[in-house]
Amino acid sequence: MGLFESLFGGSSNKSAALAKERLQIIVAHERGSRRSSPDYLPALKKELLEVVRKYVTVDPNQIKVHLDREGAYEVLELNITLPEDEPQSVRKVGGVSRVRLD
Amino acid sequence: MATIIVVTSGKGGVGKTTTSASFATGLAQRGHRTAVIDFDVGLRNLDLIMGCERRVVYDFVNVINGEATLNQALIRDKRVENLHILPASQTRDKEALTQEGVERVLNELRESFEYIVCDSPAGIEKGALMALYFADEALVVTNPEVSSVRDSDRILGILASRSRRSEHGDPPVKEHLVLARYAPDRADRGDMLSVEDVLEILGIPLLGVIPESQAVLQSSNSGVPVILESGSEAGAAYSDLVDRFLGKSLPHRFITPQKKGFLKRLFGGG
Repeated sequence: MGLFESLFGGSSNKSAALAKERLQIIVAHERGSRRSSPDYLPALKKELLEVVRKYVTVDPNQIKVHLDREGAYEVLELNITLPEDEPQSVRKVGGVSRVRLD
Repeated sequence: MATIIVVTSGKGGVGKTTTSASFATGLAQRGHRTAVIDFDVGLRNLDLIMGCERRVVYDFVNVINGEATLNQALIRDKRVENLHILPASQTRDKEALTQEGVERVLNELRESFEYIVCDSPAGIEKGALMALYFADEALVVTNPEVSSVRDSDRILGILASRSRRSEHGDPPVKEHLVLARYAPDRADRGDMLSVEDVLEILGIPLLGVIPESQAVLQSSNSGVPVILESGSEAGAAYSDLVDRFLGKSLPHRFITPQKKGFLKRLFGGG
């Protein structure tokens, strides 16, 4: 800071306001994604996998559970890739259930 | 019944160890039997900040592994009564801290101490998770700077979801904000996040504001917790913080810019 600025307060670009705004956005976003990946998701995934495995042999890595938000709906998407050597089974099961948010 | 307090932040270099050292010293000064544990396995530093680095014989991991008793590893502070330090290990073994081992040591400490202060390492890896897992209360150390505030918010999320209290459905970990390295004049000019800004974003109660102060570096140079430098602003701020933690209602100091005289402005200083 130059002599003039230190004497008379100087020009300030008020960057703190920008910092606050950016933080509010990113923190809200990250809190949102924490919520949309609830604690029961791993357990749900495990149980679903057990059910599917009663009928078909699937790799634990071939099941994907994803929770997303579309407007007022929460979308639970479930994708299971079935093994290739099961001729009579469907190759891919895609399930989408819509839950209305309160 | 002992209270376990974690000093955490997510981000490194914000003042966790400085805060742990001064907070534990302050509790002990006020007559409470206090132990402070360094959880930063591999990067031991609390011993240096507290000035007992040459008295370390056994460490936390030695106790967990049964290679030493707790009493052999605990270092009695030479300045303040009622204060003991359990240093971290310098091992590079990331798996040295086991949940069972940490729990066993904490349970043994509970028998003879009122307060157990856990100095967390930076990050959200195992050491940091172990430091916060058993906590009853948390001091979240934050600097008025974007990355620190964001990381603090992340740590608050982890406290709410991955602590023992959350896993057991007990009342949540009590959170306290410690805003460190605060420069009131810069906040006043609008080029540093203000106390109010940080409080609004993080939404947890403020325990103390520690002003940016040369005394912090000076006291770490000499291995004296800054709270013992009672003439310094940072030391006085930590004293207030400890009193507030123990239930006193004190106004926050050092949060408004000091009026600088013309000459002081001209020649700096302060």
